[in-house]
Amino acid sequence: MSSQVAKEVAPHEKRELTQAEERTEAGKFFSPYADIHETERAVVVTMEMPGVAKSSIDIQLDKGVLTVKGTIDSTKYESVRPLYTEYNVGNFVRTFTVSPQVDAAGISAAVADGVLTIELPKAKEALARRIAVS
Amino acid sequence: MVIRARDPFATLLGLQRAMDSVMGSDWFGSRTSGSGAFPLLNVLADGDDFVVEAELPGVKKEDLDVQVRGDTLRIQGKKTIAHDDNASIHRRERAAGQFDRTVTLPAEIDSAKVSAEYRDGVLTLRLPRAESAKPRTVNIN
Repeated sequence: MSSQVAKEVAPHEKRELTQAEERTEAGKFFSPYADIHETERAVVVTMEMPGVAKSSIDIQLDKGVLTVKGTIDSTKYESVRPLYTEYNVGNFVRTFTVSPQVDAAGISAAVADGVLTIELPKAKEALARRIAVS
Repeated sequence: MVIRARDPFATLLGLQRAMDSVMGSDWFGSRTSGSGAFPLLNVLADGDDFVVEAELPGVKKEDLDVQVRGDTLRIQGKKTIAHDDNASIHRRERAAGQFDRTVTLPAEIDSAKVSAEYRDGVLTLRLPRAESAKPRTVNIN
């Protein structure tokens, strides 16, 4: 996979959520940029949520829908005033439909440097099996 | 043995992407100098100090280099994305690579008092104004 064309880092605008449902919380919500990879054992979702602390991440799986929400700490902006801005800050939310072949009990998540990694292991029945010819 | 033909579209896409990034860069901008427009910056004021913020999710602290000289600030580094080589890709929205950006601030900075913090993918720099650049109140007799 190392032969793939490398993407260059370029400034990209954050995707603000257009209201799919009414939100009762104040503030802007953005859709985090995500990568989805599938290995033999699991589906791995990697999401960029800068400014979200580990304790402010909420992950829920309900009826096959995985909802990830990250809230930023806006208190640090209380004493400052913007002089020049290029990006906006806000909370992050994104939902994914999860295949029923995922082992819901085995889902794990980790966060490092503003990047959240969720590992959705495949259920035993869904794992590919190699059948030996006798 | 597998012989892979070079994808004719890859070259074109690469060129188009490079041209796009030049158009999007601020090379000719009056505000900043330097070879890139990444990362995006927010400049905030906290009293007399400048606070500069940049979102750099996935960048390791040790891969970041910040320099301050006079009234210019330079942020450079690299972002790497590691994943299993055998994994198949369903979706790829994140980008990785090297970046280098220089901005000119509207006042001289006291480089000795600059502090930097990198937490949860956000770089926050506190840049105090140099004494010579601070406004002085004139007493009227």
